Amino acid sequence: MLGFMYSVIRRDLLLVMRHPAEMVNPLVFFVLVIALFPMGVSPEASLLSQTAAGVVWVAALLATLLSLDILFKADYADGSLEQLLLTSHPAWALVIAKVIVHWLVSGLPLVIMSPLVATMLFLPADAIPTLLLGLLIGTPTLSLFGAVGAALVTGVKSGGMLISLLVLPLYIPVLLFGTGAVAAAVLGMPVGGYMAYLGAMLVFALMVTPWAAATALKVGQMQG
Amino acid sequence: MSWFESWHMPRWFYQMGSPKWFFEIGGRLQPWFMVAAIAMITWGLLWGLLYAPADYQQGNSFRIMYVHVPAAILSQSIFVMMAVTGLIGLVWKMKVAFMVARSCTLIGASFTALALITGAVWGKPTWGTYWVWDARLTSTLIMLFLYTGVIALNQAIADRSIAGRATAILSIVGTINIPVIKYSVEWWNTLHQSSSFSLTAKPTMPAEMYIPLLLMVVGCYSLIVWLVLQRTRNEILDQERQASWVARYLEER
Amino acid sequence: MPSTMPDILLQALDLACERDERMLFKGLNLTVKAGEIWHIKGPNGAGKTSLLRQIAGLLPIFQGNVSFPLDQSILYIGHKSAIKDQLSANENLAWLTALGVPSDENQRYRALEKVGLRGYEETMSAQLSAGQRRRVALARLHLNAAPLWLLDEPLTAMDKQGIADEQAWFADHLKQGGAIVLTSHQDLDIPGVQILDLHAAMETASC
Repeated sequence: MLGFMYSVIRRDLLLVMRHPAEMVNPLVFFVLVIALFPMGVSPEASLLSQTAAGVVWVAALLATLLSLDILFKADYADGSLEQLLLTSHPAWALVIAKVIVHWLVSGLPLVIMSPLVATMLFLPADAIPTLLLGLLIGTPTLSLFGAVGAALVTGVKSGGMLISLLVLPLYIPVLLFGTGAVAAAVLGMPVGGYMAYLGAMLVFALMVTPWAAATALKVGQMQG
Repeated sequence: MSWFESWHMPRWFYQMGSPKWFFEIGGRLQPWFMVAAIAMITWGLLWGLLYAPADYQQGNSFRIMYVHVPAAILSQSIFVMMAVTGLIGLVWKMKVAFMVARSCTLIGASFTALALITGAVWGKPTWGTYWVWDARLTSTLIMLFLYTGVIALNQAIADRSIAGRATAILSIVGTINIPVIKYSVEWWNTLHQSSSFSLTAKPTMPAEMYIPLLLMVVGCYSLIVWLVLQRTRNEILDQERQASWVARYLEER
Repeated sequence: MPSTMPDILLQALDLACERDERMLFKGLNLTVKAGEIWHIKGPNGAGKTSLLRQIAGLLPIFQGNVSFPLDQSILYIGHKSAIKDQLSANENLAWLTALGVPSDENQRYRALEKVGLRGYEETMSAQLSAGQRRRVALARLHLNAAPLWLLDEPLTAMDKQGIADEQAWFADHLKQGGAIVLTSHQDLDIPGVQILDLHAAMETASC
């Protein structure tokens, strides 16, 4: 089974490398959305620094949502998905492999980019490591819940907007704890508890989402 | 899935999977629930709105609680019911279970909207604004989003049985997340709490206040059962229209 | 010469399929023995693909059952080729075979040669024609040792020569004791083809 997951990861990473827009576009979107805030609200440092954590996290949620297409859409369209589901390996292993690729391609670049955009929004330098760590633990959770949404809309036309409706409510706890941690860091308070909650949510997502997404993929095969 | 299926459920459980059986039994039970609902809701509303003593802090505006609290309780219960019937449909492959789940979606969303509106109406005289980001209202709002997600997914898939399965998965994932969402919103709210009063705090209530509330809650549950039976039976007539018993039933009407 | 009956590779009993609240077929039975080739026929929307997918395990079976008495592996090639545009023919075969029994590059090159794609092994699949992409998908037939083949519209997008080649491969496979169940709009030119007509099966409500 690990060999199966490895070969799926390898294939998907190869595909992304041949078509790098899938990785670059969400990242550009992330920075673009963040840049909209000083323009649309106010460029004043005092105001921006207060909202910086929230803006970065919301932009991360939206950028993740945009990139969920890469999980299953192409494979469903060209028939690869049914071949992947026909193997003797469990479908949840396929889901985990796909989520790993999604996070490497979408979540990790966001995490790496976050200190830069946080500085653009005048987030106090002391709080930046907390933002980074929170995103590092939180983005895999976003990918996992996103996979459930993406799996549910395989075969539905214009599923993109629909995925957002399904998945955003599930993202809210991650958002609350991620931004809460940064708010605490700005005040100089300990953030261990917040990280623990984010970690617990990641574990929770790992237990629930692979089964749900795998079942949804099989349901999607009943169409067409 | 087969591990669940190997459980020996009582006979009525499997019987409920038959649309015809559900239709007939549901039809016989419906009038009882309607009577119970009308009786208890009328009694509860009259008592609560007219006869229960006024709250010493809020005066008469707190009476909206008699609608708001049952609505909020029910909005969550219905979501759980949607998930449970969805799970039953997935595991035991019962069409009727999916039909019941589908009937719950709009009813549940309506109760959630009602809870939000009555919460706003309650808020105005209490805090001076219609909306406040307190834990309870925010959680209810998120609940509404979860409902709209389920409804949207249901609408997006044409085939009824595939739609039933997909929404079942979504409701199950949503239900499991409800405690997580509620906890995180409550925690978040304590950080930002500006007003000291919350819609939720009601530890000691004299019996004159408590009993009409209880009546309303039970009455609303009866109303829900009646509504769900009604919608599910309509759904059964629609989906089973090819069956001979449906033709006979419609002829007799 | 063995005097026993040929092995049964697939036993499908009392299958039914409902789609969009319409019953496509009901009470369908199909027994496939080694050396047999079955052609599932029927108009569009009759359920040919659904039947094949039920047998393959992609669609859940609500009624009846499907069993493989020898418990052997099956090869299912769907209506869509499962070929990724951004991978070469060789790379596509590599990941497709990695799902079951991995192949090495020599085997893949030989398979591609057998399907007439010699020289195209490292071409990006986006640059191949539809017929060539179909051939890449069918190259799996030469790489996979599964005795039972389930093929959905394998002749689509193939030219006359391609169709003739394919039928030759089918005949070879049958000679080696394999079996094939396929759907196709076109008629096959292979001796001993058995027909399963879903339209007729529905009319008589038995099979």
